[in-house]
This record gives sequence, C-alpha cells and structure tokens, in this order.
Amino acid sequence: MTRTTGLWLIVGMAGFCLLPWYAVDSGFWSFLWLNNLRAEENAPGAILLLLFDRMWLSPTLGALIVSAAANVMIANSVIRARTLVGTAAAGLLLTALQGLIIVRDGPVLLPGLLSSVAGTEGQTGFGAGAAVSVLALLFVLTTSISALGKGRGDAFVIGLIGLIVTLVGVFVFFPVAHILVRAFELSDGSYALSGFLPRFLASDIWGLGCLIGRGYCGPAVNSVFLAVMTGAGTTLLGLAFALIFTRTQFKAKPLLRILTVLPIITPPFVIGLALILLFGRTGVATEIFANLFGVEKTRWLYGFGGIYLAQLLSFTPIAFLVLIGVVEGVSPSMEEASQTLDADRWQTFRYVSLPLMRPGLANAFLLGFIESLADFGNPLVLGGNFNVLSTEIYFAIVGAVADPAKAAILAIALLTLTLGAFLIQRRWVGTGSYATVTGKADSGRHAALNRTVRFACYATALPWAAFTAIVYSMIVFGSFVKLWGYDHSFTLDHYLRAFAIDFSRGIRWSGVAWDSYFTTLTIASIAAPLTALVGLSTAYLLVRQKFAGKNIFEFSTMLSFAIPGTVIGVSYVMAFNFPPIELTGTSIILIIVFVFRNMPVGVRGGIAAMSQLDRSLDEASITLGANSFTTVRRVIAPLLGPALMAALTYSFVRAITSVSAVIFLVSAKHNMATSFIVGRVENGEFGLAIAYSAVLIVTMLTAILLLQLAIGKRRLRRADRVEQIA
Amino acid sequence: MSNSIPGSVRFDGVVKKFGAVTALKKLSLAIEPGQLVTLLGPSGCGKTTTLRLIAGLETASEGSIFIGGEDVTRLSATYRKVSMVFQSYALFPHMTVLENVAYGLTVKSVPKKEAQERAEEGLSLVGLSDFGGRIPSELSGGQQQRVAVARAIVLEPEVLLLDEPLSNLDAKLRRHVREEIRQIQQTLGLTAVYVTHDQEEAMAVSDRIIVMRNAEIAQEGSPHDLYERPNSSFIADFIGDANLIDCEVLSLNGSATRIEVVSKCIELPIQPGQTGAAKMVLRPHQIRLSRDKSQGEFEGNITYAAYLGNQIHYSLDGELGQLFAISDATLDPLSVGENVSINFDPQKLRLVAN
Repeated sequence: MTRTTGLWLIVGMAGFCLLPWYAVDSGFWSFLWLNNLRAEENAPGAILLLLFDRMWLSPTLGALIVSAAANVMIANSVIRARTLVGTAAAGLLLTALQGLIIVRDGPVLLPGLLSSVAGTEGQTGFGAGAAVSVLALLFVLTTSISALGKGRGDAFVIGLIGLIVTLVGVFVFFPVAHILVRAFELSDGSYALSGFLPRFLASDIWGLGCLIGRGYCGPAVNSVFLAVMTGAGTTLLGLAFALIFTRTQFKAKPLLRILTVLPIITPPFVIGLALILLFGRTGVATEIFANLFGVEKTRWLYGFGGIYLAQLLSFTPIAFLVLIGVVEGVSPSMEEASQTLDADRWQTFRYVSLPLMRPGLANAFLLGFIESLADFGNPLVLGGNFNVLSTEIYFAIVGAVADPAKAAILAIALLTLTLGAFLIQRRWVGTGSYATVTGKADSGRHAALNRTVRFACYATALPWAAFTAIVYSMIVFGSFVKLWGYDHSFTLDHYLRAFAIDFSRGIRWSGVAWDSYFTTLTIASIAAPLTALVGLSTAYLLVRQKFAGKNIFEFSTMLSFAIPGTVIGVSYVMAFNFPPIELTGTSIILIIVFVFRNMPVGVRGGIAAMSQLDRSLDEASITLGANSFTTVRRVIAPLLGPALMAALTYSFVRAITSVSAVIFLVSAKHNMATSFIVGRVENGEFGLAIAYSAVLIVTMLTAILLLQLAIGKRRLRRADRVEQIA
Repeated sequence: MSNSIPGSVRFDGVVKKFGAVTALKKLSLAIEPGQLVTLLGPSGCGKTTTLRLIAGLETASEGSIFIGGEDVTRLSATYRKVSMVFQSYALFPHMTVLENVAYGLTVKSVPKKEAQERAEEGLSLVGLSDFGGRIPSELSGGQQQRVAVARAIVLEPEVLLLDEPLSNLDAKLRRHVREEIRQIQQTLGLTAVYVTHDQEEAMAVSDRIIVMRNAEIAQEGSPHDLYERPNSSFIADFIGDANLIDCEVLSLNGSATRIEVVSKCIELPIQPGQTGAAKMVLRPHQIRLSRDKSQGEFEGNITYAAYLGNQIHYSLDGELGQLFAISDATLDPLSVGENVSINFDPQKLRLVAN
C-alpha cells in the first residue's frame, strides 16, 4: 500500500460524499449549503448518485473505490502503480467527459443513447465536490507515475507537474480551443468547415481599400501597419535612450531610470486620456497652435496618429528596458579589442557594437509589435474610425449586434499574428543571439559614442523625454481642473466625487469609485500570491527538474504571454459561461484570469533568480534525506525571497492596470477600477477618469516602495548578523 | 560476493543515456564495504554520472543498482542511505554551520536536542567545534570543506560519496585535507566513493581505483596494480607519466619476452600479450642519461631542460622518438643541444597493446 495514494483517496472520497458536487449559488464559503444538503443543487456526488439517479457520476466514485482496493490489495509495487495509473486516468477522463457532454439542457452528444441511461435532465457547473474529487484522482495518478520511477521517483515533483499542466490546460488551452470551435459555427448554430475560410479571409478583415485610395482597410491590416510602425518607432527611441544611459556621461540618468518604471504603473489608456487633454479639440496644445498660427482645430488625434503617438509613449520605456540589457551585454573587451586594432569610435560602433546588438534590436522590435497588436486601452479611447483587431473583437461582443462568431474569427486573426511574432522571436531571435555576457568577470569600459551618434541620440531622446514628462503632468493637472478646455479653475470635485467618505453616520464610503477600488485591491491581493506561487513553481520545474516533454511544457506556459488580453477575455466568456466550468459573473474568474495572464512574469523572474542558485544546494538537501517539498520549503524558498517579493508586486500591479481581458469579465457585483474608468471615459467624464487614474498610480507606487523597503530590510538584517559574530 | 553486507555497492549492466548521448555503457562494478574506491578519469568519462547514480540524483536508463544488497534502482535520492560531499560544498548560505550539519537529522525528525548533540559531535570530529554559530561565508575554503564532510557523516550513511572534494582548495591545503578525509573514513570504517580527475590524489587516498574512459571502465585495481601493470597505453600514460615507444614482440616463452625496438633486441621478464606490434612503457624516472656514449644502447639530443630544484626535467629527441625524462642529478645538469646516451633497466619495463 502506498500511503500518499491512500491519503489522497480518502480526501477524494470525502469530497465526493460530503461536499456539494455542483457550484452553489450562494457561494461555497457562505456555507449556506450545509442547511440543505439533500437539495439537488447542494447535494454531494454520493447523494446525487443514490437519490437523483445521476448514473453518469458513478465513474468518478468507481475510480476512487477501485483505486482504493488496488492500493490495499496489490502487493507488487510496480503492478500496483500501473493499475492505479490506469484507474485514476480512466476516472479523470470519464469525469471530464460527462461534464463536457451533459450540459444544462441535457446531453449534447449521443442523446438517444445517453438519455436512456441518464434521462434528459441537464446539470450545472462543477463545484467544490467535483474539484476535490478530480484533484484527488489527479494526485493518485501522479503519485503512481512517480512510483514507476519516472522523474527520479519524486512524487512531489510529478504532482506539481501534473497540477500545473492541468491548470494551464483548463485555463489557457481549453478556452482558446473554444474560440477555435466557435469560429467554425454557422449562422444557424451548426458547425461546418466550409464557413470558416471565406469568413476568415474576408475583405472586412484583411481589406486593403485604403492603400488604393478607396474606402477603409480591414482591421487586421490596420493592426499590422500600426504594429510595424510602433515596433520600429519604439525600438529607435529605446535605442537612443539606452545608448545615452550606458555610453555617455549624461547627468540626469536617474531621471531616465524613472522612465523604466512608468509603464509598469500606468494603466494602458491613461496615456490616451492625457493626449486628449493635450491635443484633443479643446486640448492645451490645440488651443495654443490655433491662437498662434491659426491652425484649424481638428479631430486628427482620433485615428491612426493618436493611437500611434499613445503607443509610442506607452511602449518606448519597454524597448528602453530591453535595450539597456542588450547594449550592456556587448562585452567591453570586444570594443576595446576593436580600438586597439586602430578602429575609431564610429568604426567600432558601426562594425562591432551595432552588429552585436542586432538580435537584441530584433527582439525589441518584436516585443513592440506584439504589445501594439495586443493594446486595447489606447485604441478604445482614441480609435475613431481607425479600426484595429483588439477593439473590433470587443465591439463584436458588446456592440449593438452581438456576433460571437465574428469575435471568434477576429480573435483567431489576432492570435495568428501575435503567435507568429512570438514564434519568430523564440526560434529566430532567441537562438541567433550573440549575448556576450558570461560568468567571467569582464572588466573594462564601454566605448563612448562618437559626437555625431551622441548628438543624434540626444536630439531624439531628450525632446521625447520632455514630451513624456508633459504628458504625465497632464494626468496630475487634469484631475484638478473643473472642466478641461472650458473652465480651468482649480477644484477637488473629481476626487470628492470618486473618493468621498461620509462621516455623518459612522463611516460611509460615499464616493462612486470606492466600490470598484476595493474590489480591485481585494482581487489583486488574492491574485498576486497565487500568481507568484504558480509562476515560481513553474520556474522551479523548468530550472531544476528534468522530465519528458519539458520543452512543450515551457512553451505552453510562456504561450499565455503571447495571447492578447482581448483574446483571453473573449475566450473566457465563451468557455466559462456554461457547465462544466461556470465562472462568469464571479470574482473567481477575475482572479484566475490574472493568475494565468501574469504567470509568465513570475516564471521569468523565478527562472532568473533560480539560475543563480547553485543546483548542488538542492541536491545536497535531497541526498541528506529531505524530500523535494522540504527542500523547496527550507532551502529554495528562503533563498528566493527577493524574487518572490518582486513577483508578488509585479503581479499585484499588473492586476490593477489590466483592462483588456478584464473588461469582458467584470460584472455589476465585481467591477474593476480600469473598466469603471473606461466607462467614465465613454460617458465623457474625463475629470473623474483622470482623478481615479492618478489615485491608482499613487496606490501602485506605494506598493512598489513598500516592496523596496521590505527587500532593503532583509539585506540589513543579514549584515547585522554578520557583524555580531565577527 | 558481499551483497547483503551494509555498505556494499553493486552496478549490474547499468546504462545511462542523456537524450542521444550515452554517458555510461553497460557498467558493472562492485565496491566492498569499508573501502575507499576512487572513480578516476578525464572529464566527460562518466565518473560523475556514476557517482550521481549511486546517490539517486540520476536514474539508470537500464540495469540495476544495489546498495547493501538492496535494489535501489527506482528508489529516490531522499530514501537512499548515502550522503554526498559536493564539489562546491553546497552549504546552505542562510543557515549557521551547526544548522547545516544538523539539517539531515532534522528533516528526518530526529528530536531537536539529539540532532544538535550529534551535529556538535560531527563538528568536533572535523575540528570545528567552536564554529557552529557562524554562517558558511565566514569560513575559509578548507573549513567549509570540513563542514560539508561533517554534514555528510553525521547521518551515518552506508556509503559516503565525494565529488571532487578538493578541487576548490589550493595545492598545499589539498594534501592536508585529503589525509584528513582518509583518516575519518578509516576511523569510522565507512564505504566511500571518491571522484577525481587528479591521478596523484587518487593514488594517495584509495584502496582501489576504477579508471574510466569513454563511458566505460578502462581498468580497475589497487594504485600499485595500475601503476605497475597497466593494461593499455591509456592507463600507462594516465597513471603516472610514461613514454610509449613502438616495438615489435618477437617471441613469448616461459621465462622471457623478446622484443625489437629500433632494430635492437631487448629481453624482458615474462609479460602477458602476443607477438606483433606493441608499445613499451618507459617511465621518465627509469631513463638514465649519460654523456658517456658507450654507456647506453640508444642515443638522443637534449631539446629542452627545466630545473626544478630537486630534479631536472629533460625533453629529448632521438632514435626512440620524443622522450620525457626526469633526472635527480641536479648538480651536473646536461645542457640543451648535448648528445647523450639513453639507458634503462629492461627488468622494469612493461608492454601494453598497441
């Protein structure tokens, strides 16, 4: 008998017999279901099986019972493990199948056959009982696989792999697969291959009318054009900043550093709002130009120009961040070698440094390309008649004529583009890198730029930095002005309307923003630790463990990074609005979407941090008799402190600023700050929207500063300890 | 066979593949309890893989591994009664020295007080009783090394594994620490498996040496066996330096072996092997050089001389090809360009297959 297997079987049995099988309306944690366990909607699987004739739940129970019998009765450990792998896998498969086949209206497949067994009644989504039973079967499966000697016979590691694969499968691949299926749906509700290709390639997506001077281009063409321009623009600006930062004696470098933090704490549409205050029809700059030069006030901002400007402002810092690493990665000794071979500064830059940076530049371009395609906030605010894929998908779902099939097809077009760029980045740029950073200490100084290049950099970057500063200051000013463009007197009205507190009868949060503000903070604080946990566990598996299919595993976990938020949002709406997993309208779906959207960030941070920990530390712990779980708890986790904190804040902040996926998933009960602000923008309440954005930025800055403080303290403590003993 | 005695290790046709690369080709070996056995070989020969297979840090692709007679092929590292001293020591930087040594005991739920007492005993065994409260980064390399040994032996493992334990120490400290390790191993009667690529280190500490090459065992035996009776030119060259000189075996009979080297016949004591082409093993210190041409059978010309204080290293070119010779005659050095006669005692020569 295997003890771990036995324990999981007991847990599974308890879940099946005691917890409500279906999701309960009142919420699991209210425990109201305890009052009436025999009601159909609250009943555990066992009661459903006995009293309500739900025969299709029997495979789950059967798998648990047969596994328990096998675990007790088979003495040979190899045969026992093989049997358990079979029973648990069969139980999981049949449980998933019954959930997928028998939906709310009854069976969707083989109705004749299934009705005779199961009747025609349908069922609602999985609840706590189903989740616990499935998890127990999953861990029985993984424990038994490890007992067969796979993965060095480590039950914890195999269990973790199984858990993460299942989670990514259910919450990334399953919803995306739903989009694919919906794209094949015809107008009469049936599915066929014939409808897809003509509609996918239709001219209202890929139309090139604007190029030949007739009408509009399709949103896909617009998106690609915008993305190429944004990728090129941000890469150039980012390179100018990076060169100034690393290769000149520029005095105000710390100010440039601030630039790298901005995109992290700025909700995506805020730049668009600030631009409206500057260049909109009543904007400051528009007024000045009109008064001085008699330039006509136009709506040029609402269209390609405005979106492009907003995206350049939003994504240049990201390119800067990437390119600092690239420029610093060029080993100084190569530049010194070039100079000792009598090349001057220009020749060194042109023939040595720049070619070495080329893969990094391509990488920055592709990142800008992907970010631009996925951007939702700026086109939503500034779009005008310039249609791009991400907003078209949104309007296909929430517009006057809801057309989910069209949304699915647009989503596939967008997904094809971002995945294509992602694949190119991984295959081509990823392998062709000339990274010259090695473990060897590389002293020496980077070659300074020659005059021409230096002034070109200054001339590009400094005006842009000034512009960025103006744009951000608009956010502050705009929130204190009564009515932008008409009445510029100082006021606190917007803040009061949003965040007033009424003390007349106890504390009453009377501001209109409090509700969504608290929801946002709560959900972000629940999602952040989960994201860090999933991300760092994945990083642990990727860095420290060897197992079959590891490459595919890594690829699929990074994949959700390349799936635009809008696509995730649409796919979640399509996949989780129905049984077997019915989550729309709950706060759980918001938490889940954040965890799996932001997971790649945690994975990357974890990989970077864990690669610096000597692998023999884990191995020492293991050979000293600790199991993997103890090793993670007592050796790896304590040494990963800073990475853990970074992952925590980053996912917290990203959960607050995210809008594209969230806007599909919020409900009246669980509204998020960003979608609340977008709503105000759509109503023309710019003052309130800007004031709320400013509060969000301050909130996130506080969170980041608190993190820095916490990490700083940690270091101090260690130094103290060293001093005491010495 | 000493299969069921605690501390024995046995490999039965073990194969280890990493993807397409074969790290071990059907390896079979047996290690007797209480011995210190060294796995020696150039980098990439599979010696570290063998050690990690014993530890359970790798799983065999084929074959079986037994420790103390028990089949542990599928047993995870956590449950094997072996412990390991790592090349980098792998001391946990966030724990004190005492916590490090007690770690293996505490994860096995030994009561806290007992764990602390046993850890202190372990520390005193390596002479670091007063250092328990420090953190590893405050210790010197040699001290860290001894903490790593203490941490491994307090668990009273059936087999102690050491992965190049001296490679991060400077040359002078190495001799001292290897003596210490050998002493502790013999005092406690531990079975130990020691991996190194340094043949001198291997000769100094081992009861037995297993020389590996290209994922296989090249030869195994006591240090004396390997030096005196190499079975291949690889071993002859790897264990102590050797000049390998082409020769032809003319005849083998009951009492003597006759070989021909550069058209001269030499008679050696009886050797295993067969007639035909072979290589003669001539150790550098067996070569006697003399200005007197009548003294030797072969001639050569000094191309390089290095004075090392207690001896002089010479490179020669001549009838036997390029030779490396060591001379103790430091008071009368030969100079570069001099023609000398080369002489050696045929009784001490060995032949290896070509």
